Amino acid sequence: MLLQGKHCLVTGASKGIGREVCSLFAEQGATVTAVSRNREALDSLMESIPNPSGRNSHYVVDVTDPEGIKAFFKKLSEGGVEVDCLVNNAGIMEDATLQMVKQETIDRIYRTNVYGIINMSQLAMRSMIRKRGGSIINLTSIIGTNGNSGQTVYGSSKAAVIGFTKSLSKELAPLNIRVNAIAPGFIDTDMTRGMDEKFYEKNLSRIGMRRIGKPVDVAKVALFLASDLSAYVTGQVIGVDGGMII
Amino acid sequence: MDNQEKLRKAFVDALNIETGGVHDGLSYQSIPQWDSISHMVLISEIEAVFNVTLETDDVIALSSFAKAREILTKYEIEF
Repeated sequence: MLLQGKHCLVTGASKGIGREVCSLFAEQGATVTAVSRNREALDSLMESIPNPSGRNSHYVVDVTDPEGIKAFFKKLSEGGVEVDCLVNNAGIMEDATLQMVKQETIDRIYRTNVYGIINMSQLAMRSMIRKRGGSIINLTSIIGTNGNSGQTVYGSSKAAVIGFTKSLSKELAPLNIRVNAIAPGFIDTDMTRGMDEKFYEKNLSRIGMRRIGKPVDVAKVALFLASDLSAYVTGQVIGVDGGMII
Repeated sequence: MDNQEKLRKAFVDALNIETGGVHDGLSYQSIPQWDSISHMVLISEIEAVFNVTLETDDVIALSSFAKAREILTKYEIEF
């Protein structure tokens, strides 16, 4: 049990990578607090994962709403929850060449992919500071590390996540709090299933291992980063992309 | 222990200083022990002791022992 006694908070928990992270973490002994905008999906998730401590919980929280995030952490605090690990997984992807991007799209992507991570981290790290230890795991993307045509705004938001990760890791290292990022490649989620067939096939052809990644491939790296197996790892961006080339 | 003493102890524990070093004149970066790192620890300590979550504006404004007391009164902590 790699996460025995740890309390892990996961955003974007209702589906895809977030759901798999919750499931794997719970199997490894963690108490999981799952966060998403979708109550029904959260209910279903909670019924399907182990609850070793009997203290799993779920909350409807929109990571683009700073006041909602504050209220959520207040509830956690009142419930005596001290977070050991935060997985900032919530994110959105909307593709268009830069010329075709509306201001509201830019705002929406940045509010979720960047501001959401910053606001969640700012409050979650307080309990980690008290404990003098913890792990923050941010989900970036291969598009954030390598860039891709048609994904300028999404790619730049994910690159911002990397800058945030590296800077925060330096701030928090003296307090034994680790901050790392995972950069998934082409993973089988609702996000990628919504792509048109041609784009999907093109992406598949770029993968050295010749298969699309599974959410559990990403969740296993998150498990490594949440656990003491990575006790001396901080400020890193770990690619989970099967050798994808962009 | 009254709230004044609880606050004093939070400063002692977070900044790792003697009780006598905590007075109204104690301010951020006035001693080597109160740097940006220990400020984070101090905020967390105060939040835990008084069971409050400080607003970011208050985290920034909490620049002295006296100011800490003033800020906490906003959170219905009486001194």
